[in-house]
Amino acid sequence: MMADIHEIQQQIIDEFKALSDWTERYKHIIKQGQNLGSLDEEHKVEENLVRGCQSQVWLHTELEDGKVIFEADSDAAITKGLVALMVRFYSGQTPEDIINTDPTFIKKIGMEQHLSPTRSNGLASMVKQMKIYAMAYKTKMQKGKAKA
Amino acid sequence: MAEAATKSKVDVDFNRIREQFPVLSQQVKGQSLVYLDNAASSQMPSRVADRIDAYHRNEHANVHRGIHTLSQKATDEYELTREKVQQFINAEHKDEIIYTTGTTDSINLVANSFGNRFIEEGDEILLSEIEHHANIVPWQMIAKRKGANIRVIPVDDNGDIIWDEYVDLLNDNTAIVAVGHVSNALGTVHPVKKMITEAHSRDIPVLLDGAQAVPHAPVDVQDLDVDFYAFSAHKMCGPTGFGILYGKKKYLDEMPPYRGGGDMIDKVSFEETTYNVTPHKFEAGTPPIVAGIGFGETISFLNEIGMENIAQYEQELLEYGTEQLQRIDGIRIIGTAKEKASVLSFVHEDIHATDIGTILDQQGIAIRTGHHCAQPTMRRFNVPATARASLSFYNNKEDINRLTEGIRKAISMFE
Repeated sequence: MMADIHEIQQQIIDEFKALSDWTERYKHIIKQGQNLGSLDEEHKVEENLVRGCQSQVWLHTELEDGKVIFEADSDAAITKGLVALMVRFYSGQTPEDIINTDPTFIKKIGMEQHLSPTRSNGLASMVKQMKIYAMAYKTKMQKGKAKA
Repeated sequence: MAEAATKSKVDVDFNRIREQFPVLSQQVKGQSLVYLDNAASSQMPSRVADRIDAYHRNEHANVHRGIHTLSQKATDEYELTREKVQQFINAEHKDEIIYTTGTTDSINLVANSFGNRFIEEGDEILLSEIEHHANIVPWQMIAKRKGANIRVIPVDDNGDIIWDEYVDLLNDNTAIVAVGHVSNALGTVHPVKKMITEAHSRDIPVLLDGAQAVPHAPVDVQDLDVDFYAFSAHKMCGPTGFGILYGKKKYLDEMPPYRGGGDMIDKVSFEETTYNVTPHKFEAGTPPIVAGIGFGETISFLNEIGMENIAQYEQELLEYGTEQLQRIDGIRIIGTAKEKASVLSFVHEDIHATDIGTILDQQGIAIRTGHHCAQPTMRRFNVPATARASLSFYNNKEDINRLTEGIRKAISMFE
């Protein structure tokens, strides 16, 4: 059973609280990215590229038992680490929870500069893209129910 | 004495000059700022900021049409900049200096106005492989409208243009050669004088994008014999939103206006409008008056230091920076042309440029990462992006030491 989205948010905040300075925090982010593994080459395609990124970010998604599964990758290590945190946060959650929950942990772990919509690393674009997928799945599920 | 050995050969106290830039004495992320993003935009000395402030507080009025004293004074000050620019780049006539909003605007003006008048179907526009997008896209737009073609001068692995290919590309259909004087992404100084002589031997005019050249060394448009020269105030310690197009009078007089509006007209009726003379026919509407006056002050400031001194000092810094960067394992400098301006573009064999930029920012060090608005350049060197440290005369060796320490720290974090 996947943990509750709010619990995950708290876990991430607690994890970073234990780290003493920016070097440790960034090292932890880099490690998250290293642990993410790489996305299958078949999913590293143009249509999965998230726009607005200086580094490349690919986002692949599927719906399984009413939960949205996200897989992602990046060619830059810090971006990949941030992407890994987003996947950990949102993947396996219901469309409803994804739409209604913002990644407030980003600010609490001192990474808010990366979420600025004007920043060209595109973490904000990625979050937006994840929510768009969730909305699309929600609509699809409602239509499915209406038919049944 | 160790200190004497590392002292600059230039007889100007650049550390005193640095003190005139208050922005540089701030703390970023708890450390003193190291600003190495000068090719994107440079900082402004206090006296230019003060001049702008004084204008806003005490001198503002619209220019060129006022009967009243304030307007005439503002006009005099604004037009004084034209004379200062004329002298600064040694143009023959004051009327050859056109005010624009920046290099991009200057190039768009030439592409549209010169293009409308002189570029025809089947003509060729010759660019280099390492141009900034501002010196590519305006030409593509006019080429599309006119049915002309873009041709590209290749560069070698150092970032120098391949001379024989350039000469071969010049032909009877070449309408104009448009190249950067200095590449923003690599720092290459093109052999522009030689290129211009070669183009002129076939009666082909040349435009130079001087955005990265004018801030770093003396430029003499008559000595170069260049036909059009574009640059921006904000890359040479001046205000944003202001730039210059130098053009030879023989072309400017033949070129139609590019934008319509106030100030650029002679007589207007609903049937027909006749236009003002050069340069005013290219300057429609109320101009960026304060930026123009601020830029005049900037030129006085630069003249007092001396562009020769700036060039020599920055070359010393570039040499030092190149040496220091080359000592770091895994770092490769992109752009090793014979002659370079103070740009250090580099990649690490394993670490993405944006990662290096992010970790440097954490240490209060400002550089640029990405494609530098020169995507074809990145493709030529087969890199997705580079990290770029670009130097100004207010930087010093300590800044470069902070940069290299910062890079070493970044590398240690990704191991």
